[in-house]
Amino acid sequence: MYVAVKGGERAISAAHAWLDETRRGDPSVPELSIAQIEQQMGLAVDRVMAEGSCHDRFLAALAIKQAKGDLIEAAFLLRAYRTTLQRFGASEPLETSRMRLRRRVSATYKDLPGGQVLGPTFDYTHRLLDFALAAEGAAPAVAPEAAAPVAEVPRVTELLAREGLMQREDMTEGEPGDLTRQPLAFPADRPVRLQNLARGDEGFLLALGYSTQRGYGNAHPFVGEIRVGHIAVEFTPPELGFPIELGEIGITECQMVNQFAGSRTEPPQFTRGYGLVFGHGERRAMAMSLVDRGLRARELGEDISAPAQDEEFVLYHSDNIEATGFVEHLKLPHYVDFQSELENLRTIRRSAEQAMQEAAE
Amino acid sequence: MNSATTMDSPRASGTIDSPRASGAIDSPRASGAIDGYNFAYLDEATKRMIRRALLKAVAIPGHQIPFGAREMPLPYGWGTGGIQVTASILGPTDTLKVIDQGADDTTNAISIRRFFTRVAGVATTEHTADATVVQTRHRIPERTLREDQIIVYQVPQPEPLFRLEPRRTETKRLHALADYGLMHVRLYEDIARLGHIAKAYDYPVMVNGRYLMSPSPIPAFDNPKMHRMPALQLFGAGREKRIYAIPPYTDVRSLDFEDHPFRPIRAPHVCALCGSGDTYLDEVITDDAGGRLFVCSDTDFCAERQADTAKEAAE
Amino acid sequence: MNTLTPGFADPVLDGQATFRAVLEAMSRPGRIQRVGAGLRPPAPLNQAAAAVLLTLADADTPFAHDAGTDAEAWLRFHCGMPSCTTAQAAFVLATGAAPSLAALAQGTEEEPQSGATLVLQVTGLAESDGWRLTGPGIETEHRLRVDGAPDGFVAAWAANRAGLPCGVDVVLCAGDRLAALPRSVMIAEG
Repeated sequence: MYVAVKGGERAISAAHAWLDETRRGDPSVPELSIAQIEQQMGLAVDRVMAEGSCHDRFLAALAIKQAKGDLIEAAFLLRAYRTTLQRFGASEPLETSRMRLRRRVSATYKDLPGGQVLGPTFDYTHRLLDFALAAEGAAPAVAPEAAAPVAEVPRVTELLAREGLMQREDMTEGEPGDLTRQPLAFPADRPVRLQNLARGDEGFLLALGYSTQRGYGNAHPFVGEIRVGHIAVEFTPPELGFPIELGEIGITECQMVNQFAGSRTEPPQFTRGYGLVFGHGERRAMAMSLVDRGLRARELGEDISAPAQDEEFVLYHSDNIEATGFVEHLKLPHYVDFQSELENLRTIRRSAEQAMQEAAE
Repeated sequence: MNSATTMDSPRASGTIDSPRASGAIDSPRASGAIDGYNFAYLDEATKRMIRRALLKAVAIPGHQIPFGAREMPLPYGWGTGGIQVTASILGPTDTLKVIDQGADDTTNAISIRRFFTRVAGVATTEHTADATVVQTRHRIPERTLREDQIIVYQVPQPEPLFRLEPRRTETKRLHALADYGLMHVRLYEDIARLGHIAKAYDYPVMVNGRYLMSPSPIPAFDNPKMHRMPALQLFGAGREKRIYAIPPYTDVRSLDFEDHPFRPIRAPHVCALCGSGDTYLDEVITDDAGGRLFVCSDTDFCAERQADTAKEAAE
Repeated sequence: MNTLTPGFADPVLDGQATFRAVLEAMSRPGRIQRVGAGLRPPAPLNQAAAAVLLTLADADTPFAHDAGTDAEAWLRFHCGMPSCTTAQAAFVLATGAAPSLAALAQGTEEEPQSGATLVLQVTGLAESDGWRLTGPGIETEHRLRVDGAPDGFVAAWAANRAGLPCGVDVVLCAGDRLAALPRSVMIAEG
């Protein structure tokens, strides 16, 4: 006699115990510490903070450890934690010209105030596996130290704007929308779009940004500048009425300079694609600024013909936590709907076979 | 220090970006202790927001209300909408039943039930008759629900028109105009091509004669149970951030045509365990030589029927 | 401020119980629920209206009322809702002469859920006789007697229904009793 499958609860417990065991791996290999991940897997931590939408290096490193290095799973852990935190309010806008820079490059000017600072970059490394790294315990490389940069480094786009060549952004007063509290509505305003992109999946942003370079969207981008470094976050408590400094966070900002043909009311000028992300995330910030510019097609009166210009398509599909949940939910049982589909298909095939038989007779 | 340090370790005091480098955790919630969380997990402001949406949903039967769905500790697509609705209505005197595919012991149903036991400490049951709140994925229990019960559906895709028109800006307009021609055309084309409507689950319904609604991916077999159901029906879609509802005793009509009336589909067999001939059945493959049998998808209903039969036999 | 009476003794569980009562009332128009019996809100607020607002109103719900400064101070302290005009309010509280339903937010064809909720204090509610209610949530017919309903309410309600799916939803409150009239319900004089 057939006996229905049971024991799901025990199976879940056993599976999770096994997960814990595989996370640790071979116990004869020393266990990873959170500090090791935080220090030596810093770019992974940065990506998890960005996609997890929460600037906390310790928690991001913990999430990476817990997720066995699956960065989307780690971002999910961080998001689920973040959502339980109390929201105190919005910070003051960041003044990135006062960033403590460790890297700053411009592709539009050979030299400029503040200079070009390469900083710690993979650029110009030859991608040859460094087998010396496999030998652990070597003394760390020591880089020469340069003079501290000048205090304030003006943004390239600001230099252009002063000349009237770069479109000024709308300075909307008041708090921007918060897409973790309000569902997306269309048309989405730019602060909400940028918020969405800042925590969007890096691979998705990269592919979309790339598509704008290949003709899917009318992009002619120049990297006005990329800056990487630290910046103070200020918050004005309502009871104080003046801003206080909460601390510093690491960020990467990219300003992409794009052409704009002009309209009946505006002469031709440059327009901006903007990217700003937590931590050191140059690829993410650059891709974001390409997609941001693509999504401005509507407000700039440009044709909307490419995926990167379609805000409903981009904003609804950028979130990898939503995407992975829904793609992976397909592995949940669907036998009830599948059964319905089976019976329906059998019925339809029966009618079709009957009809074919009748036609043949 | 040298300039090659990664930005992750600022040169200043070393405490800016890594305030917790010591490994200390300064939030009680990170300890994993469930006492750090509010009753039923969601904070009160979130519950209020969801409760307001639920009341409007009841007042406008079948209309999808956007809500600020939170990021839950379970994945999107795995019941986060239903979980948020349940968490917003649940109280300490409720008894919760969670089913997936009609069964209480499917892994995701177990996981969700365990979540509410942890965060709300509510009583749970596998008996439909004993539940005050039933959260479900893909089925409506066979036993008729009562006035003192609420059923919460997990909804992956609340927009009934999404396969015909993926843009929400457009479907929103179609709902406003009650323009459902697209769906009628689609169903009519099925009939013209196949002689039958090809939709077997998530079969669209008209609610209170006004809104076209997705019943969630329940089999079309279950659709008639929604019509004038004595219990309140609530629907939560977490990823798509929509809530909707059907009040008790409300007309719910499966779309059809006069010459092609709606027909609920089920496998034409009886349950191998309880002998039921009018319940929805799962097909079970028993070997690789074409062997198969059919058993009730509603495990509680099936077990009750088996117990009744056993009792009768003993008497 | 220190003369304010307390809100819910247990905001989490009392809020949940009150919400379920309002949900039940909205789901079964005309069925009476009891809420807020332990509250001592300042006059002219009654217990049911106070409980409904404590449960549903907050900083995200613009609010208009005619209840005077004591009630406003109490509600603002416990709920923190911003004040606004009657036409902009998500919740409107009427303790005296009720505003015209048509003067409240109606929502739009695309977003009918933006229609206001009117919390309307009346002097008495009973299920024995009075109006005959039909519509979603009602198996055949519910009776509801409303003492102290605004003059011409039934006619105004018919006009409200004519705008469906837009319109206003009403929660009637008398002492610790409440009943709800979702915009979908039809009212006939008894």
